[in-house]
Amino acid sequence: MGQVSQGSSGFQLGAAEPHGGAFLAQPPSSRRGSRRSASGVARVVILVVILAFLLVPLVGMIEFSTRGDYGARSLDSYAAIFSYPNMVDGIVTSLEIAALTVLGMLALLVPTMVWTVVRVPRMRRVVEFLCLLPLAFPAIVLVVGIVPIYRWMGQNLGAIGASPLTLALIDIILVLPYSYRAIDSSMRSIDTATLADASRSLGASWPRTILQIIVPNLRGGILSASVLAIALVLGEYTISSLLSFQTLQVVIFLLGKRDPYVSVAVSFGALIFAFVLLFVISRFAPGAVHRGQHTVEEPA
Amino acid sequence: MTARLAGAPSTSRQVGPATGGADSSRSKRLRAYGPLAPFHAYVALFLIFPTVVVAAGAFSQGEGGGLTLDNVSQLLTRTEFVKAFTASIQLAVLTAIAGAVIGALLAWAVVRSNPNGVFRQLVIAGAGVLAQFGGVMLAFAFFATFGPKGLITTFIDSSTGVTLDSSWLYTLNGLAVVYTYFQVPLMLIVFLPSLDGLRQEWYDASASLGGTSWSFWRHVGGPILAPSFLGAVLLLFTNAFSAYATAAAIISQGCSLVTLAISCQMNSEVILGQENVGKALALGMIVVVSLVMAAYALIQRRASRWVK
Repeated sequence: MGQVSQGSSGFQLGAAEPHGGAFLAQPPSSRRGSRRSASGVARVVILVVILAFLLVPLVGMIEFSTRGDYGARSLDSYAAIFSYPNMVDGIVTSLEIAALTVLGMLALLVPTMVWTVVRVPRMRRVVEFLCLLPLAFPAIVLVVGIVPIYRWMGQNLGAIGASPLTLALIDIILVLPYSYRAIDSSMRSIDTATLADASRSLGASWPRTILQIIVPNLRGGILSASVLAIALVLGEYTISSLLSFQTLQVVIFLLGKRDPYVSVAVSFGALIFAFVLLFVISRFAPGAVHRGQHTVEEPA
Repeated sequence: MTARLAGAPSTSRQVGPATGGADSSRSKRLRAYGPLAPFHAYVALFLIFPTVVVAAGAFSQGEGGGLTLDNVSQLLTRTEFVKAFTASIQLAVLTAIAGAVIGALLAWAVVRSNPNGVFRQLVIAGAGVLAQFGGVMLAFAFFATFGPKGLITTFIDSSTGVTLDSSWLYTLNGLAVVYTYFQVPLMLIVFLPSLDGLRQEWYDASASLGGTSWSFWRHVGGPILAPSFLGAVLLLFTNAFSAYATAAAIISQGCSLVTLAISCQMNSEVILGQENVGKALALGMIVVVSLVMAAYALIQRRASRWVK
């Protein structure tokens, strides 16, 4: 699970030791048995109270979105999602943007990262810095600065330039920090440079080396980078709303005024979807479960 | 497949790290750095260029105009902007501290669990979703729970007959609660690795010298974790300070925070000579975030000294 924690935290604070940690997991001295159980009780109480705080609004969503007539429970709100064409469009649009973002991010990041490791290690810090830089940028600031580009695209690139799918261009920037970290931790777990050397010395071309030798070994990192990107794009509101594109979050917000039940239903569905994605990745993506030990250069 | 020589390129270049010394010829350098060009061009266009637009726009008069300090000086002179910055910073400080304290307690409660166990992974996946992908959806979670027709409101109404006033949710106070709601899981994600990094041996050493649990935290654990904790507080500050989606969903009208003020500027009628006020606000945000991040970098350096 280290991957998601690492990926979604953005910054790694005080790099952790992978296996030396959690002394609290095994309280050492037996003579302090009573203290131990006291702290055990405290742990459970804190856990219950804080998790309750975190879970109550989610329970609220379930309860609210399953209200039927006269106090009955029903899934009508969920069925009604499909009676709002805007909502369906918003979901489809966001999924399309997510797919484009993943493709673009991988095309941009994987060859660049492999190349820096294999050929120009001195550029590694530069690439890392640039990838983490968006974390220091409030999304809304990015929108303010990107407006001229979108205005130009809207005026000069016809239907393509005015399409919401162009949001993928900026979403690629937003997901860079998360995707970079995911792929980077996967690259650290294999000897990328040696693999590339071996492949090259056996006569493979660079594209082939990257696609057939490196990429299969990075699939854990690539998978979690993609999942994080998808989740981020599905949750993105700031940029799409200020550029007036009807993505999932924008439609949820707009519909909330007319039919809050459906908006809550869609929100809950999207949160669960993201949760399942992240959980599955943490569980089953090999190579993604490397706890981040490296400290990261600060993008300030 | 690796052993097949069929696809061998005609020019079998020397592989390995670029020599990168003074002797590298121009074409050699181009071949080494060339493949990095698309990435750098992309970042330049979609990240660096927007920054330049913001910074340059903040000091320009608009269409065809010259340089001016008018936009930037409005940040300090217009009451609404001063109030917006003050409110944003207050909200960020408050929710960063609340989120950090509650989140650190949660991390302490969770740290005993097996790092590769299902429970830990469930908690962290959940925290990741709430901390990063919520935005508008979290606002709706609070509407559904504490709004006029929400779960808690209707439950209390039906069981005690008391109708709660839920208008607090739509104010800055309500926003503070929702912000804390996503700051806590972010703190968990950020702080847990540091807590994991505390070593058994340190506790043993302290105990063998006669230390109590309290003295361990007072003299060993606390000082070691302090930089990580402070760094996390700064990170949470930036997170809340930059947040827009939740604020826009909860406070549907008004420009009472910096992010909301920027969107007001973007959406309102453009008054001649005021086109670039939004950019000045954005620049103000960059300045605040940069200062915090610089402090964070200093603390980070200190934090990594112990927990290696």
